[in-house]
Amino acid sequence: MKDAFGTPQSLLILGGTSEIGLAIARRMIARRARTVWLAGRPSPELEHAADSLRTLGADVRTVPFDALDPAPHAEVLGKVFTEGDIDMVLLAFGVLGDQANDEGDPPAAVRVAQTNYTGAVSAGLICAAALQNQGHGSLVVLSSVAGERARRTNFIYGSSKAGLDAFAQGLGDALYGTGVHVMVVRPGFVRTRMTSGMPDAPLATTPEAVATAVELGLRRRSETVWVPGALRVVMTALRHTPRSLFRRLPL
Amino acid sequence: MNQGGLLWANARVCVSFFDDTRLITHFGESIGHCKNVGISGDTVLAMSPDAPSAPADPAQPHTPVSTNTPQSHTAETHGDEDDPFVSISGWGRTAPTTARVLRPRTAAEAAAVVQGWGARGGIARGLGRAYGDAAQNAGGCVLDMTGLARIHTIDGQAGTVVCDAGVSLHRLMEVLLPLGWFVPVSPGTRQVTVGGALGADIHGKNHHASGSFSRHVESLELLTANGEVQTLRPGSDLFDATTGGMGLTGVILSATVRLHRVETSLMSVDTERAADLDELLARLTTDDHRYRYSVAWIDLLARGKALGRSVLTRGEHAPLTALPSRARHQPLDFRPGRLPAPPAQLPRGLLNRTTVGLFNEFWYRRAPRSRTTELQPLTRFFHPLDAVPHWNRIYGGDGFVQYQFVVGHGQEEALRSIIQRIARRGCPSFLAVLKRFGTSDPGWLSFPMPGWTLALDIPAGLAGLGSFLDELDEEVATAGGRIYLAKDSRLRPELLDVMYPRLPDFRALRAHLDPQGVFTSDLSRRLAL
Repeated sequence: MKDAFGTPQSLLILGGTSEIGLAIARRMIARRARTVWLAGRPSPELEHAADSLRTLGADVRTVPFDALDPAPHAEVLGKVFTEGDIDMVLLAFGVLGDQANDEGDPPAAVRVAQTNYTGAVSAGLICAAALQNQGHGSLVVLSSVAGERARRTNFIYGSSKAGLDAFAQGLGDALYGTGVHVMVVRPGFVRTRMTSGMPDAPLATTPEAVATAVELGLRRRSETVWVPGALRVVMTALRHTPRSLFRRLPL
Repeated sequence: MNQGGLLWANARVCVSFFDDTRLITHFGESIGHCKNVGISGDTVLAMSPDAPSAPADPAQPHTPVSTNTPQSHTAETHGDEDDPFVSISGWGRTAPTTARVLRPRTAAEAAAVVQGWGARGGIARGLGRAYGDAAQNAGGCVLDMTGLARIHTIDGQAGTVVCDAGVSLHRLMEVLLPLGWFVPVSPGTRQVTVGGALGADIHGKNHHASGSFSRHVESLELLTANGEVQTLRPGSDLFDATTGGMGLTGVILSATVRLHRVETSLMSVDTERAADLDELLARLTTDDHRYRYSVAWIDLLARGKALGRSVLTRGEHAPLTALPSRARHQPLDFRPGRLPAPPAQLPRGLLNRTTVGLFNEFWYRRAPRSRTTELQPLTRFFHPLDAVPHWNRIYGGDGFVQYQFVVGHGQEEALRSIIQRIARRGCPSFLAVLKRFGTSDPGWLSFPMPGWTLALDIPAGLAGLGSFLDELDEEVATAGGRIYLAKDSRLRPELLDVMYPRLPDFRALRAHLDPQGVFTSDLSRRLAL
């Protein structure tokens, strides 16, 4: 059960090798979390991630999960919930893709969309129903500022996150009053493996900062969290920028 | 059923509306037919009383709560997946979860409900004054006991009352005071039920003299997991596990409570200031035994030399002879006043270091240095906050945490160190009280132990509060103390075993009596009780 500050005792992280996901897990273990499920494609990295959390004192288990293959999602995730309540589900998987290449390689672009959006739709609905059955819990969805308004340089990834973001918002409204809390987290540029080699964008942040924001959001039962918080203002301005101008901005 | 449909069905049934007028008259025998009652820490929601129930959907012909017929009730509660779930929180308004709320009107109905409430179990709930998650059960059932609210017999010779568990102490006072009787133990609010008082084994300002509530109970009826009703008397294991057992051994249906004889409904109160913690502890130690009731309000924002400055209020029930002659013809008058409730939506951060600091300064200075035998209405002495309905709203949407711990005699340094840390941290707490406890009570999970207890309210939104309270817990545990389960909403589970040595017995008894976990609450899940 979550405590008065919204701190969970058990976590399920979809995308068990995600750096942001693991940073959040470490933070929660430092607070109250004792049980952590890492869901991801079976790999040495996943086991390594599990081991790193075990050294912090958590009981960590891994489950095979592939966003691109939604057929077994219900069975695999269902099993996790039969083992005990999950206080917080974190949807942390996602791929950035390579815009320049993917524009000329539609199957690769579809993979980005399938991972980030349809995979999340499948997993999100399954987890939402399970959380609803237990009458409590948070579903934390890692969206992105890129989904707020698609940019010329990043619109394949951006559109997939836009879909995810809209899906999570709607799901949150559908679940309002059921005891399940859906929180959309919109980080800006986060320095991780996924963005390594890219120049820092303005307002760049770290996985630890995202973890701090998630912790605060859980306590306040927020519906939307921006990391850093200043992005809320920046993106509000960008959202209202006329298209002809937005297109010319060096974003 | 497809998932989208499931989501929408549940979103729809949570539409509800506030009905403030029902609040105070909600308990007692005069309850209207309220088909479907949802509860949260700040209000009792009446969802469409008597009108077609909120989801006017032909697919959901039944509401789960029967108002009169037990047979139809059980039929309805079995396996009806579309029963409305409502959001429930404790008085601190933190960590709400949803549960199916069932409101039995008779013991037979309660027994039928308990048999059929499904895999996630259920828990009895009274008036929702536990601060944390003791009376909520995510995804399962919550048994609203305020429907069992009959006072059966009052024995004026022996001074005992037999009443249902859902009777509130307020109701008992309304009925008993005119007859010259008072409840044996009264906490800081009248809005608790007898069942809740036993489940939490509450204490009052007279703990040093009279012990906890359960010590004044001759017997109680407990509905256990197998559907049997057992009559328990003090001294038996199940009685001692049930008092203070947070409702996890079964549903208390009724109790026989010994009363205290009073001549008037007024209190004769001595008030004095203590300039610092040393003076406070010294006074409480030397002359607490002279008073039946004793408590100290403590200014936790005061630092340095003023650390622990307090206002002691101690008193007795006023004898008839103490009343002025014009008041003597109605000495047992009981008319609690009520102020308007704060609005439902208040911003967070209203109670901060500045506002609370000002209040504390005013409260301390306003108290007389020393005044004796002042006559006060009983409600002002015992339950000042009951005058403000929904006072918990002043903490805003974040809610608040109540922290109450006890450390034994000889651990005064630990007490001082904790008070120092709270003062240094600047926790804005304007409702802090310190009390000296008497001997321990027999309940296995009863909170009191001989020593010092401090209770404070803190806004839950205070940055870093979780870790700060964890540190205080460690200090309390090291000093051999414990924290109070009825107020807890955030304790680290590992510490519970250290604080409550009889916990293994409690767990063993539950495993034996209730292996399926028929009685389960969010508290029991969180702390693995």
